[in-house]
Amino acid sequence: MSSTTPLLEVRGATKRYPGVLALRDVNLSLGPSEVLAVIGENGAGKSTLMKVLAGIQQLDAGEILLDGKPIRIRSVQASLDLGVALIHQELNLCENLDVAANIFLGREPLRHGLIHEARAVEASRKFLQMVGLDISPRTPLQQLTIGRRQLVEIAKALSINARVLIMDEPTSSLTQHETENLFEVVDRLRERGVSMVYISHRLGEVKRLADRVMVLRDGENAGEISKQDITHDKMVGLMVGRDVSRFYDRHPHPAGDVALAVDQLRTRAHPGCRLSFQVRAGEIVGVAGLVGAGRTELLETLFGVERPLGGTIKVRGEKTRFRAPREAIAAGVALAPEDRKQHGLILEASVEENIGMAGWFRHRLAGGFFNRRRQVADAQAMIEKLNIKTPHARQMVLYLSGGNQQKVVLGKWLALAPRVLLLDEPTRGIDVGAKEEIYHLMDRLAAEGVAILFASSEMEEVLGVSDRVLVMHQGSIAGELARSQLTEEAVMRLATGAEPVTVSNL
Amino acid sequence: MKKILGISTLLVVICVATSVMNPQFLTAYNLQNVIRWTGLFGVISIGAAFVIITGGIDLSIGSLIGLTGCVLPLLIMQHGWSAPAALLVVALLGLGVGLTHGLLITKLKLRPFVVTLCGLMIYRGLARWLTGDQTQGFGQEHETLRLLATGKVPLPFVTGFELPSPVLIMLALGVAAAVFLNKTVYGRYMLALGRNEQAARYSGINTDAMTILAYMICSTTAALGGVLFALDFNLIQPAGHGDFYELYAIAAAVLGGCSLRGGEGSIAGVIVGIAVMRVLYNSINLLGIDTQLEFTIIGVVILGGVTADELVKRWAASRRAAAEKA
Repeated sequence: MSSTTPLLEVRGATKRYPGVLALRDVNLSLGPSEVLAVIGENGAGKSTLMKVLAGIQQLDAGEILLDGKPIRIRSVQASLDLGVALIHQELNLCENLDVAANIFLGREPLRHGLIHEARAVEASRKFLQMVGLDISPRTPLQQLTIGRRQLVEIAKALSINARVLIMDEPTSSLTQHETENLFEVVDRLRERGVSMVYISHRLGEVKRLADRVMVLRDGENAGEISKQDITHDKMVGLMVGRDVSRFYDRHPHPAGDVALAVDQLRTRAHPGCRLSFQVRAGEIVGVAGLVGAGRTELLETLFGVERPLGGTIKVRGEKTRFRAPREAIAAGVALAPEDRKQHGLILEASVEENIGMAGWFRHRLAGGFFNRRRQVADAQAMIEKLNIKTPHARQMVLYLSGGNQQKVVLGKWLALAPRVLLLDEPTRGIDVGAKEEIYHLMDRLAAEGVAILFASSEMEEVLGVSDRVLVMHQGSIAGELARSQLTEEAVMRLATGAEPVTVSNL
Repeated sequence: MKKILGISTLLVVICVATSVMNPQFLTAYNLQNVIRWTGLFGVISIGAAFVIITGGIDLSIGSLIGLTGCVLPLLIMQHGWSAPAALLVVALLGLGVGLTHGLLITKLKLRPFVVTLCGLMIYRGLARWLTGDQTQGFGQEHETLRLLATGKVPLPFVTGFELPSPVLIMLALGVAAAVFLNKTVYGRYMLALGRNEQAARYSGINTDAMTILAYMICSTTAALGGVLFALDFNLIQPAGHGDFYELYAIAAAVLGGCSLRGGEGSIAGVIVGIAVMRVLYNSINLLGIDTQLEFTIIGVVILGGVTADELVKRWAASRRAAAEKA
């Protein structure tokens, strides 16, 4: 065969789970030293395809070829032996061991039947260097940040001579700096001849890294984009299968009275910083910033999860001092939290209960009795209003997709008609279709006079939906940008602290 | 109702099997006995269910039964208190113990296991110290008070069989508990926080107050149980009275469908659960099985029941998941 033989090829991959066809006749090819981005909405089949390559799942039909030769990948070990390594979304490392022990876990160099630690440490250095990690192999893993742990995992993959690295949402919990660092490692590995399959929801990253983009939709190939043609719109278009020019669909709203006024607020996470800003009724204010800039802490303090150390919060002119979320809710403030599954939902409860929960007390009958009729009505109204895709209101939230789960969280609050809506990463981990619906919902709510303050790490979304953006840096508000001043560069300058705090607040 | 179908079937099977093998099971005397024991243990199991539903555990139930069982006769017989005054003190003791447990668990964030394990030791020690390890009882006095536990209520149109009073107390308590748990917002708060405390808090539920309330309900029913057991036994050994009773209560709750992870459970299930254990205990006696094997047999049955339940649940979940995706 010619030199154009792909390193790894998948032909006609079909995988059926009970009741669902996860992959239908999917083809994939990966050349040597190539970074192939695989994108698609949740449920498009990305994870299934990667699990097949990593030996976690077996195909029902189709074949996999390595160097043009058909192979069978029956187990994770078999996949590793073939030089294919999957870097998991949730890292698979032992926190209690040091870096060298993690790299050689299960393959420890032995001497007289005992672990030869010196050799493991020595051998680890080379791989750590390859991923640009300047740390001692003896460092206990628990001392490393998530970003560095991920690099250790990559080093581990390199130590088995992996020729194909599969990275599943590798940047989902990294800081901006760690993300940049990872990009450099990807570039370096590509130069060394390692091929990579890169799965990400973050299209900006895909644009930066990918040599080619492969799009999956509903378990089938939806198209490919070669490097020179990669654009945001094109990727989204293939993912959702239609034109997305009206994605954000913003309507300018006249701002009303001040709904939320924060003055000199000090949060527990950043006691040295004082935050002051206002949000008016009908306004959508974005909170941008890097991971760790204090956005979540700000929203949680406003919602009464954490008590402020100082400063004042006024909701619709009334000075408040929330001791718990229930007091914030009573004052008309709601929060859709960042960690939906931990804080936003009871996964093992029904859609109906999750929507009704926050209103149980407000709508109780005499004697503290539960008002089921009200809950049923509210849930039905929200399922219709938010287009929640669920077979029925009694369905467990656990079985819904990420986007529909987020809509349940929003439904819970909208049923109480809040005046101030706080959203923390409102579209994290949800597919493009649901994202669009949530943006339109935010627009509609603002038109109805709700004051919306939302924190987001997704630049596109901050630029797309905000009337105004507060940019946070290391716990304080580095600046504020009006709609007319909003550019990616302006936000990043403030978020990285490149620009001193000169922009005044209001 | 579907949830308690399995355990109810088990109860019926054991009853039928025992009565076939030994007709004595169906005599009024024996049935009244089994039902009385079910009532006594049912009271404490209902309380334990609340704590388990919030995702907690209470290991101090048995010791608190021991302590209250000693304090009641001590106050009445040795200190000459009136029965209502002594009962009030015992009730306050239960409420206070529950409040303390709840505060330690919610405000100091101590683990329920540790807090109530310490309670188990503290209350047992107190019971022995207060009584000087002397056996307590009411002798031949206070027959009316003792009727609370030993009394029997005749049923209309039925002769030869009377309903033991503890089971009536248990049923009244059970109806109140079931209504509270399922029909009031507070009961639903407990079920919600048992499944995900953080999400409940973020939804505006006062999770600390609800957790404290659950421990207060549990300790107060334990105190009530302590009173009933004391009135029934009339000979209370401070060192051993109520020992291991928390394990019966927890086992009944688990058998009855409560998840130890919290958030799941029904009062009806708990009552059927404790009935299963009492009937099992009775049939071991009636069938002439070595009583030394009592715990082994109960343990095996519970383990088998919970295993079967788990397998059925998994099977149902996978069926449902497949159906949803199709």
